[in-house]
Amino acid sequence: MIHKLTVPISDEAIEALHVGDQVEISGVIFTARDAAHKYMVEQFIKTGGNPPESEWPLYELLQDKLNGGVIYHCGPVVAKDAGQWHFVAAGPTTSIREEVYQDLVIEHFNLKGVIGKGGMGPRTLAACQKFKAVYLHAVGGAGTLIAERVVEVEDVHKLKEFGVPEAFWQIRVEGFPAVVTMDSHGASIHADVAAQSEAKLQELVAA
Amino acid sequence: MHDLTEAFVELIRRTSTDLPADMEQALREAREREAAGSAAQGALDTMLVNTEMSRAKSRPICQDTGTPIFEVHYPVGWSTRKLAAQIKQAVTIATEKSYLRPNAVDAISGDNSGDNSGVEFPTIHFHEWDEDAIQVDLMLKGGGCENVGAQYSLPNAQLKAGRDLEGVRRAALDAVVKAQGQGCAPGVLGIAVGGDRGASYAFSKQQLFRPLGDRNPDPELAALEETIKDQANELGIGPMGFGGQTTVLDVQMDTMHRLPASFFVSVSYMCWANRRRSMTVRGEEVTYR
Repeated sequence: MIHKLTVPISDEAIEALHVGDQVEISGVIFTARDAAHKYMVEQFIKTGGNPPESEWPLYELLQDKLNGGVIYHCGPVVAKDAGQWHFVAAGPTTSIREEVYQDLVIEHFNLKGVIGKGGMGPRTLAACQKFKAVYLHAVGGAGTLIAERVVEVEDVHKLKEFGVPEAFWQIRVEGFPAVVTMDSHGASIHADVAAQSEAKLQELVAA
Repeated sequence: MHDLTEAFVELIRRTSTDLPADMEQALREAREREAAGSAAQGALDTMLVNTEMSRAKSRPICQDTGTPIFEVHYPVGWSTRKLAAQIKQAVTIATEKSYLRPNAVDAISGDNSGDNSGVEFPTIHFHEWDEDAIQVDLMLKGGGCENVGAQYSLPNAQLKAGRDLEGVRRAALDAVVKAQGQGCAPGVLGIAVGGDRGASYAFSKQQLFRPLGDRNPDPELAALEETIKDQANELGIGPMGFGGQTTVLDVQMDTMHRLPASFFVSVSYMCWANRRRSMTVRGEEVTYR
């Protein structure tokens, strides 16, 4: 069975999810990776919600759209035809680089979902449990397929400063496929697979 | 000498959008080994559908179009300076055409050059040879898998890895466990033993140009390629690290001479989107494979 999630996502919908569940996400989400996470933490969170005046429009937009919303760790290939951006290839990037920021962003914006690849660490897992959120694993490298589920590029923020891969792309997705690999009940497939494979390695090198 | 810029653009397009047949076949076989309805099988299904879509639509398989690594074999008398200029021009054109993502950023500021131009970017290696043809091998090496590559200086007390093939086995399996799913498993391992640090890493990437199933002519190394492949799959990391039967699709290694004092094992991890293709120019005729 595939769980259909529509942004904004409720706490109840999150609590119904468990690791291994397949989901499809629809609604407006934002791409954000290294530069965007650093920016959010430094400008919005560490200032106690008082960013410089120039950053207010984006802050207010994110406060609205990320409340119950979803961030996607992705640096897309894009193209612009007749003034309209569209996504050409848009698979996930490695999420663990955002480990030092993600829990703060989940808490500050009431984020419900983080899509990426490779999983995240104990800080993010704790935040998923405390603030009711999930980590959703997309298939790395599936650039063309996922781009097809991006039905509209609504806007892009910080394009000039951060460049194409690092900008905040505000996108409308329909039926974006992912697997829950970290849930709001404290379970993580990544922690389990790591522990099992390390145990197996010890067997294979026992001499 | 004629201008090969357009041919280089086509080589980039094919490499970025059309997964080689050996990789696709290996992914299909891996799919059959996973439990029906498992997350691992779902991931492989997605990879296979994505492969067909990107080929049909001529779009990048993966948005991380990586570091373009060109290995240029050229006949006596050709100008490597001109060839490098044509390759760089082709990379810029391919970026405009969205076959490549703008992927070159300033090392410190992170400023994106916007067209994949940059200092020592893309990577181009030249090799003069006796053939009366130019052969250019291109690999697009994405950042996720590049980041999980590893180099070991043996002996390594923690791994109980000495300066022998058993030490190489221990180092390689350690690299696979540390990578987990982060390198977009199921991947391919290119392993170099020997060399200096720089040459060793470069040689490990050379191994990734070999077709899957190609075994080292040295029977001992060939056997170790098989052993590491089988044992890496016993680790159970599986596609994307979801847990499963297939973690690596192949392992390919070779050795280089080293200093008596040094014993490096370099492991380059290639993701499932193993984008590597080749172009040959003989007279006016250009062929791709």
